[in-house]
Amino acid sequence: MFGIYVHWPFCASKCPYCDFNSHVRDAVDHAAWRDAYIREINYYAMLAPGRTVTSIFFGGGTPSLMEPETVKVVIDQIEKSWPCDPDMEITLEANPTSVEAAKLKSFREAGVNRVSIGVQSLRDESLSFLGRKHDRNEALKSIDLAKENFERFSFDLMYARPQQKVSDWVQELEEAVNLSVGHLSLYQLTIEEGTPFHTWHARGDFMMPSEDLGGEFYEITQSILGAAGLPAYEISNHAKPGQESRHNLTYWRYTDYVGIGPGAHGRLTLNDDKVATRGHRVPEIWMERVMESGHGSHDHEVVTPEQRWMESLMMGMRLREGVPFARLESESGKSIDDILDPRKLKALSEEGLITLSGDDIKPTTAGMQRLNGVFRYLL
Amino acid sequence: MTKPLAYIRNFAIIAHIDHGKSTLADRLIQTCGGLEEREMTEQVLDNMEIEKERGITIKAQTVRLSYTAKDGIEYQLNLMDTPGHVDFAYEVSRSLASCEGSILVVDSTQGVEAQTLANVYQALDNNHEIVTVVNKIDLPAADVEWAKRQVEDVIGLDASDAIPVSGKTGQNIDLLLEAIVKKLPAPKGNTDPACPTKALLVDSWYDAYLGVVILVRVVDGYLKKGQKIRFMATGATREIDRVGMFTPKKVILDELGPGEMGFITAAIKDISDTQVGDTITDERNLAPEPLPGFKPSVPMVFCSLYPADSSEFEKLRESIAKLKLNDASLHYEMESSQALGMGFRCGFLGLLHMEIIQERLDREFDLDLVPTAPSVVYKIHLTNGTSMELYNPVDMPETTRIDKIEEPWIKATIMTPDEYLGALLQLCQERRGVQIELTYVGNRAMLVYRLPLNEVIFDFYDRLKSISRGYASFDYHLDGYEEGDLVKMDILVNGEGVDALAMVVHRTQAERRGRQLCERLKELIPRQMVKVAIQAAIGGKIIAREDIGALRKDVLAKCYGGDITRKRKLLEKQKKGKAKMQMYANVEIPQSAFIAALKMGDEK
Repeated sequence: MFGIYVHWPFCASKCPYCDFNSHVRDAVDHAAWRDAYIREINYYAMLAPGRTVTSIFFGGGTPSLMEPETVKVVIDQIEKSWPCDPDMEITLEANPTSVEAAKLKSFREAGVNRVSIGVQSLRDESLSFLGRKHDRNEALKSIDLAKENFERFSFDLMYARPQQKVSDWVQELEEAVNLSVGHLSLYQLTIEEGTPFHTWHARGDFMMPSEDLGGEFYEITQSILGAAGLPAYEISNHAKPGQESRHNLTYWRYTDYVGIGPGAHGRLTLNDDKVATRGHRVPEIWMERVMESGHGSHDHEVVTPEQRWMESLMMGMRLREGVPFARLESESGKSIDDILDPRKLKALSEEGLITLSGDDIKPTTAGMQRLNGVFRYLL
Repeated sequence: MTKPLAYIRNFAIIAHIDHGKSTLADRLIQTCGGLEEREMTEQVLDNMEIEKERGITIKAQTVRLSYTAKDGIEYQLNLMDTPGHVDFAYEVSRSLASCEGSILVVDSTQGVEAQTLANVYQALDNNHEIVTVVNKIDLPAADVEWAKRQVEDVIGLDASDAIPVSGKTGQNIDLLLEAIVKKLPAPKGNTDPACPTKALLVDSWYDAYLGVVILVRVVDGYLKKGQKIRFMATGATREIDRVGMFTPKKVILDELGPGEMGFITAAIKDISDTQVGDTITDERNLAPEPLPGFKPSVPMVFCSLYPADSSEFEKLRESIAKLKLNDASLHYEMESSQALGMGFRCGFLGLLHMEIIQERLDREFDLDLVPTAPSVVYKIHLTNGTSMELYNPVDMPETTRIDKIEEPWIKATIMTPDEYLGALLQLCQERRGVQIELTYVGNRAMLVYRLPLNEVIFDFYDRLKSISRGYASFDYHLDGYEEGDLVKMDILVNGEGVDALAMVVHRTQAERRGRQLCERLKELIPRQMVKVAIQAAIGGKIIAREDIGALRKDVLAKCYGGDITRKRKLLEKQKKGKAKMQMYANVEIPQSAFIAALKMGDEK
C-alpha cells in the first residue's frame, strides 16, 4: 500500500474546534496552486519512485473549495509519476454547503471516486455551536448528492458535545446510520489547544462531558453501530467489511505515504531508513519553497528504529485488527520481547484490554476506548 | 590593650519576632558610629537573605560599640544579637550566658507575646539585669502605658523606668545607651595574664576565606594570635591565626581579654569541631574545668529530603554538605525510599530550623525538594529488654517485639486575644494537649499546655495562626518523654505499602489521619486501568479505605498521518515522565501525588 495525501489549506471560515492547518484567504491563485502541486509531486516521485499508488486523499482545510480542474491536474500528475493500482481509491473531503455540494459531480468527473462529508451534526443548534456554515437541510441534501454521484462515501459526526444528552445522540446516530452507505466517522468532540474552543472552555463558557459520560457516549455508539453492521475498524471509524478507508489504513498500518501541500506529513522508506517529511504550514511560504527548490518540506528527518516501532504500535493499535509482531520487529530491528515487556502484555491481556494470538497484539473493545492508558502502562 | 572590666557592658537584645529588635540594633550601631550613614542597610546584623526576609536571626552576631557616657568615660559595649526562635533555644541560652544583661524590647502596639516571655525567662535564668524598652513609639497605634502594664502584669517586671523608644526614628536611643551603662553590671573575670584561659564558644560559622569563624566571650585570661587552644568538649586543638572583633566591620586585634567579645579563627575546616557552648582554653595552661552549661546539639525533628528530580541527588548531597559547613546542628544521612528514590534523612533542632534548611536548599541551591512528613524521635523499649531510638517510621519494629513506646512532650505557651481562645483550646485538646494554666491579662489570654511534639510538628503552628488570624503567638520548650499509645500507620495502594507515607501516630488520631490521607490520595492519583484501593492500616487492620474507579475512556479521537509525529512525541515524553511515577501493584502514582499528600494539612 502506498498513499498520497494532498493538503488544500484554505477554508471559507475557521471552525472554533479545529486545530488543523487551515487558513482563510480573500483570494487564491488556483493556477499557481496547480503548478505548485505538480512540482511537489514530481519531487516526491523522484525521491520515492516506482511505488504503486493505492490511494489518494484530498484533505484540508476544505478541499471541496478546490477547483475541480486542480483536482484533475493533481490526479493526472500522480498517475503520470507513479504506477497506479487500477482500483485506486481517490477520496475528497467535502463540506455540505450548497455551493460545495453542487460541485460533487465535477469532482467525480475529475477522477474522485469517494467523498467524505463533514456533516458533524444533524441538529441545527449543534451546527451553529460548532461554527459550521451549513444547516441540517444542506447536510441531508449533500448526503443525497453524494449517494447519487459516488458508490462509496462517508460522513463525519461529532458527539459528546456540551449539554448533549445520550438519548438525543442515539436518535441522531440512528438517523445517520440510515443515511449512511458503508462508512461513518464518529468523533468524540475534543478540545484542542490553540483553538477558540480551548479558550472558551477554559473561560467556563461551556462544560465538556465527564470521562464517565464520554465513556457512555462511546459505548452506546459502539453498540448501535455494531448492531447496524458497521463495527468500528478503528477508534472513530466504522465500516461495513471491505468499505474501510484504504487511504487511512496506510497510516494505521504504518505503510509509506507521501504528503503533498502545506503542513502535509509523509513517511517514506528510503534505503532502509524511514524518513519523515513535513511541509511548511504557511501556504505562502510552502508555495515559495516549492517554487525555489521543488518541494515545500522542512528538512527530512530520519525516524529512529525506536521511534518507528512506537509509531507503528501507536497507530496500529487504533485498528481492531491490531498489529502483527512482525511489523514491530521489522520497524525496530529487535525481537518482540525486547520491545514489549511480556509480563505487561500478559497483565493487559488478563485485564481484558488486549488479546494476544502469539503473533500479533489486538485491542479489545475495552482496550480501544482506553488506549492511552494501555500505552501508559505498556511503554 | 584590652578594656578594664569596669568599662565593659555585654548585653543581648531580646524580643518577640517583629518587635523591632534588629532595627533597634541598627540604631545603636549608628548612634555609636559603628557604621557611616551610607553603610547602613536595614538589619545590618542579619547577613543571610533568609534572615532579612523572614525577620529572624539564625546566627548569633556581636558588635562592639564605643560609647562615651555622660560621665565622660568611653565604654566598650558588646551587643549580642541572639537567634530569636525557640528552635535555637540552646544557642540562645549560650548567647545569653555570654552577657550580663538584656534589653527587653516590647512592641508598643503588640504588647507581650509568647516569645517575649520565653526569652525573658531565659535571660533571668542567666541572671541578667534587664532594661525594658517600649519600641515603635513612632506608630500612631503606640500605647506605651498599656505595653508597660503588660510587662508588669504578664512578666512581673517593674516597668516604671521602661524607656519608650523608636528604633525607626532613633528617638530616645541616647536614654537607652545611658541606661545600659548605668543599669547593667560590668562583667567579672580573671585578668591575671598567668591564669588559664577560659572562653565561651558562642557560635561559629563557615567563611569561604577564613575557614570557621568562632564567636567567643572571654571569661578568664586572654586569647592571642599564635596561641595553642583546646576545645574542651570536642578535644580538638588548634593554633589561633586571627583575633578580632566586629564593629560590625571585621577588625583584627592583638588579643581579646576578660569580659570581651570577639572572634577567632584557627584554620578550622570542619564546623563540627566547634560546638556551641564549648569552652576554649589554653592548650599549655589548661583550665581545670570547663564553663558550665555545655550540651551537645540534639536534633528533635526529623524528615527526609528527596530531590524531585532523581538526577539531582548528587546536587542535593553537595548542597546539604555545604549547609552543614555552617550549621553544626544539622544532621543528615543517606537513605533510599521505594517511592522517592535516593535522599537524606535529616535531623533538625525544630520546625523552623527544618523550614529554613528546606528553604535555603530551594533558594540558594535551586533544588526542587520533596520533603516527607516530619517526625520526632521515639524511644522504643523492646520486649527483650533493650531499647532503641526511632528516627524514621519505616524502621518501626514488629508490634510483637515492642514493650512500650515513649514520645517527646513539650510545654507550650500560647498568647492570644480572647476571641480565639475557644478555638485554640479545641485545637490543643484535639492534639492531646493537657492544660497546665489559663490566665488572663486584660483581653489577652495566656495558655500553657503540655503537648506531644508529634502533634505539634504536624501543621499545629499553621492551624494556630489560621484560627487566630495570625494574632496568637506560640513558643515551646521540650518537656521530657512519656509513654504513649503509639502505632505505625501504613498507607497501602492495592495492598502494597508506600514507605514514604508511613507514619507514627497516636492510636486515637490514627483513624482521622488515615481517612484524611486516603481521601486526599484519591483526589491525587489519576484513574488507572484497574480499580485502585487506597487503605490506611495499623498492623493488619484496615482503618480507612477509598477506591478509585478504573479508567472508563481515554483515547485520542483522531490520529491520522499528520498527527503521528506529534502524538509519538507525547508518548515519548510520557514514557520519560514515568521515571517520576512509581508503580505500586500495577498502579502508577505520579510523584506530585506523594508531594501533595505529604504537604497535606488538616483542613484538607
